[in-house]
Amino acid sequence: MIEGVRISLVVVFTVAGLFFTFFSATGVIRLPDVFARAHTASQADTLGAGFALAAVALTIGVEPAAIKTVLLLFFIFVTNPTAAHAIARAAYEEGIEPWTTGDDRR
Amino acid sequence: MTFVDTAIVSGVTVGEFLLVAAALFVTLAVMMLYRAIIGPTNQDRVLAVNVLGTNTVVILALLGAALGEPWFLDIALVYALLNFLMSIAISKFTVERGGVI
Repeated sequence: MIEGVRISLVVVFTVAGLFFTFFSATGVIRLPDVFARAHTASQADTLGAGFALAAVALTIGVEPAAIKTVLLLFFIFVTNPTAAHAIARAAYEEGIEPWTTGDDRR
Repeated sequence: MTFVDTAIVSGVTVGEFLLVAAALFVTLAVMMLYRAIIGPTNQDRVLAVNVLGTNTVVILALLGAALGEPWFLDIALVYALLNFLMSIAISKFTVERGGVI
């Protein structure tokens, strides 16, 4: 019974991680400028990585390695948006124009 | 019998499922390499490599769980740290006067 719940949670979390990472990949490839891409890279990718790492932690179970996975999860939750913010700010200071309606950049 | 060898449906174990998921993550990472190559500005490339690095960390963790090698997680931790450091350092050094965070 409890094993069945654990297996279903692993499957659901892995599929959710793949789903969000797919949308982050689509966003990074398709969106028009660096600021829009920074937005998708910080949000969708963080959530996708979080779900996938949660599935890994559930797979490992009650072992010391699971602590490392949770540490990794929190680290990615903190650093990924910070890095995207730093990159977007560097792009702004370099003078890259944000995309607006009517701009045909893509 | 460990948890990784338990069957989800008949014929597919949890380990095999995680390996397939890791393969799909690799496919997505290769898709994102497109932006890292053509990205019009340097910041586009740094951003794409940052997202690729996050993906690599996830792939390492999935492989470590699927193959029963917990030391893969140590490498994933080091990779995550270096990835963050790379983004911050490049953003910092491409701007004339610091202050990117």
